[in-house]
Amino acid sequence: MSFITNFFRSSENSKEIAKNRLKVAITSDRAVCSPEVMEQMKNDIIRVISNYVDIDTDGLDIKVTKTELDDSSGVVNALLANIPIKEGSRNFRK
Amino acid sequence: MGQVIVITSGKGGVGKTTTTANVGTGLAMLGKKVVLIDTDIGLRNLDVVMGLENRIVYNLVDVVENNCRIKQALIKDKRYPNLYLLPSAQTKDKTSVSPEQMKKLANELREEFDYILLDCPAGIEQGFKNAIAGADRALVVTTPEVSAVRDADRIIGLLEANEIRQTHLIVNRLRTDMVREGNMMSSDDVVEILAIDLIGVVPDDEQIVISTNNGEPLVGSESKAGRAYMNVCKRVLGEDVPYLDLEETQGFFKKFASIFKK
Repeated sequence: MSFITNFFRSSENSKEIAKNRLKVAITSDRAVCSPEVMEQMKNDIIRVISNYVDIDTDGLDIKVTKTELDDSSGVVNALLANIPIKEGSRNFRK
Repeated sequence: MGQVIVITSGKGGVGKTTTTANVGTGLAMLGKKVVLIDTDIGLRNLDVVMGLENRIVYNLVDVVENNCRIKQALIKDKRYPNLYLLPSAQTKDKTSVSPEQMKKLANELREEFDYILLDCPAGIEQGFKNAIAGADRALVVTTPEVSAVRDADRIIGLLEANEIRQTHLIVNRLRTDMVREGNMMSSDDVVEILAIDLIGVVPDDEQIVISTNNGEPLVGSESKAGRAYMNVCKRVLGEDVPYLDLEETQGFFKKFASIFKK
């Protein structure tokens, strides 16, 4: 039975598969940095911010995305960083 | 002052030359004075698609190297009073021409013609840089396939980086039967991914093969592709032309198919 549903699923949705694969490929194509540079930048950001607060390095997420300007005059590349602060940490140590 | 339009795609074989031939011929039919330039040095083919291959004397490289005057190299298409072709060189290589030379040539032709159409080679190297150097606007051709769409995205980025402000998309070789089955991206899907304005949807049409065999662009004919190309021409001129209903039964089948999707 499963081969029948698989057959139908793949033939019904090959366009959706194509779209999803393209979206992922194009997003990384559009990113301004190579993965190596991203990793380097991520480490630098961790190092600097750790001077001030304890951050959860596992939950850290940094990526380059396109975002609309506030006055909706256009779309720009933006560096989006989600940096969780560890619970119970004393902020602004210095 | 004429407008310089580059027809480009990134990926090869998606229909740049066919599009250049048909849009150029269509604009001439609509009364505009048009010159087509084949910028693919070493691999010329716009001349055979146009059916003008037997009339070449001078070429693009001869013009930029000042071996002849521009007028001497332009081939007049006898079928249309306003249509000319500047063929590419077959024996030289891509480095024979520089972006500065192309810019200068485009600017000279602007004085004489309403539209200068540049058929761009595949790829993003020297030939591409030459073709876009003098362009005011771009028509990006793609087919609804992952490889072509991905390359189109790269090209759109490069056009933006080179400050070509007006870029429009042509989705070529669309098969409505496959779109209906959910096995091909529709023009809307491609537009959603590439996020640029659409200027044409050209169906996959065997008449294109026949017209290319004959060396006669089919724009303006009653075939689906012929009508689609004429609509592209009118939109290039700024007219608001509704898109052809390529598949009359699409509405019903789409609804029918969507029931089974989930």
